[in-house]
Amino acid sequence: MEISELIEKLALIVALFGVTLGIAAYATYFERKVAAWFQDRIGPDRAGPFGILQPLADGGKLFFKEDFIPAAAEKWLFIMGPGIAMFTALMTGSVIPWSTDLVLFGQTVALQVADINIGILFIMGFLSIGVYGIMIGGWASNNKFSLYGAIRASSQMISYELAMGICVITIVMMSGSLSLRDIVNAQHGMNWNVFYQPLAFVIFFICSLAETNRAPFDLAECESELIGGYHTEYGSMKMGFYLFAEYVSLFTSSAVISVLFFGGFNFPGMDNFDGNTLAILGIVAMFTKTFFFIFVFFWIRWTIPRFRFDQLMHLGWKSLIPISIINMLITGLVIAFNEGWFK
Amino acid sequence: MQSLSNRKKVVSNKKMTFLEKIYLPAIFGGMWITFKHLFRKNNTLRYPEHTREFAPVYRGQHVLKRDEEGRENCTACGLCAVACPAEAITMVAAERERGEEKLYREEKYAASYEINMLRCIFCGLCEEACPKEAVFLTDRIVPTNFERDSFVYGKDRLVEDINDRIDITKRQHTGKRTEK
Repeated sequence: MEISELIEKLALIVALFGVTLGIAAYATYFERKVAAWFQDRIGPDRAGPFGILQPLADGGKLFFKEDFIPAAAEKWLFIMGPGIAMFTALMTGSVIPWSTDLVLFGQTVALQVADINIGILFIMGFLSIGVYGIMIGGWASNNKFSLYGAIRASSQMISYELAMGICVITIVMMSGSLSLRDIVNAQHGMNWNVFYQPLAFVIFFICSLAETNRAPFDLAECESELIGGYHTEYGSMKMGFYLFAEYVSLFTSSAVISVLFFGGFNFPGMDNFDGNTLAILGIVAMFTKTFFFIFVFFWIRWTIPRFRFDQLMHLGWKSLIPISIINMLITGLVIAFNEGWFK
Repeated sequence: MQSLSNRKKVVSNKKMTFLEKIYLPAIFGGMWITFKHLFRKNNTLRYPEHTREFAPVYRGQHVLKRDEEGRENCTACGLCAVACPAEAITMVAAERERGEEKLYREEKYAASYEINMLRCIFCGLCEEACPKEAVFLTDRIVPTNFERDSFVYGKDRLVEDINDRIDITKRQHTGKRTEK
């Protein structure tokens, strides 16, 4: 590997890291703002103009809180939990293609940290490991509420990953590749997957709500029953990491939704542009879609009450999985028919 | 069988229809409602910068009025203390001496007049009872304090300053006093 390539990738990683963390930080701010708008309030507006320094104030507050480890807790796992949650949340962003290639200083820069040919598998894998952050944190706290939260979170994630995976399979069948870049390229222009797979999109969206532990599936931290769920015993920046990881995965799952179903950086009329203009417009398109889905996540959170746990399991196992399997079978039949298998 | 309390409710566990079972129409309905709220005017008052205006009938801290010549109106008749449902008012009456005509309007006056602001419920009955237009509730808020004793307001804090009159015209126009 050439040194220039190394620098390029490093720069890309640092940029992605910064952008992801920045967006996650401001997602906390906009979550509160959007919640306020939905409830006819103003929202945070004290820290800086329009309250835009609120995330800094929140972070500063968390740093000055006591970093407490309960006596009965499994110390190292207790420290590891938030780290794993944050790590897995950040890792998923690395395979997402943000735009077409950018030409800088005579070098072609692919706006994707790693274009691995099993990108979507990589994302699904890290989503599954994301359970460990919550599970380890909840178990190591040695608190029954934490454990309940952790158990709920892990069973919920495992249940919803199945339906999610089957939806991903339908998309993979349509584009014929596991690489996210190929999936995006297959949706050139306005040829988005959501028009061919609306059912898979709805199921995938519901599952990503569950995967990110957000309302109406936020049973893992259901404060009315479990105090704080898996992060009951956490304080200071460890708790901040858990909360922050939730927003990071909110951002990455919005990005994944827009990549899989809404054409990623594709936008109608993209053939009129080329080179760097196209790349920059692609970034704009990609982030517009991502921000829209982040907004929808907020919108749903402030609209729908929490599911009961049996309803959640019922929905996951008895509704979403059968529907997604039927959807996958029909997709397969249609593809087989088009390829001429039945002639 | 009739239930003892007569408040028995039959829980209806009716089966959900198909549309209700798939949740989505209800969810979209709910999202439409919240979406409409995005464009509503908010009711928030940015408090320290803006304060809500008091209603003209607001009943806050009391004032003991003086008349146009600066003499105290109160004659210590005790009607306010009798009217007070919280028993917050106590007073000691005294006779006006020669030479005090500029201080007190009539021959009798309140040597001490105390309102316990912790007992007071700000109902305004003292004001209603007063035949001399001496006691009024104003739009001032009784400030908080850490000491209980300081909530017993004596004449030093109740009687209005001769040079800094307290406007109670808003209160006067609301009640029976304008009718006479």
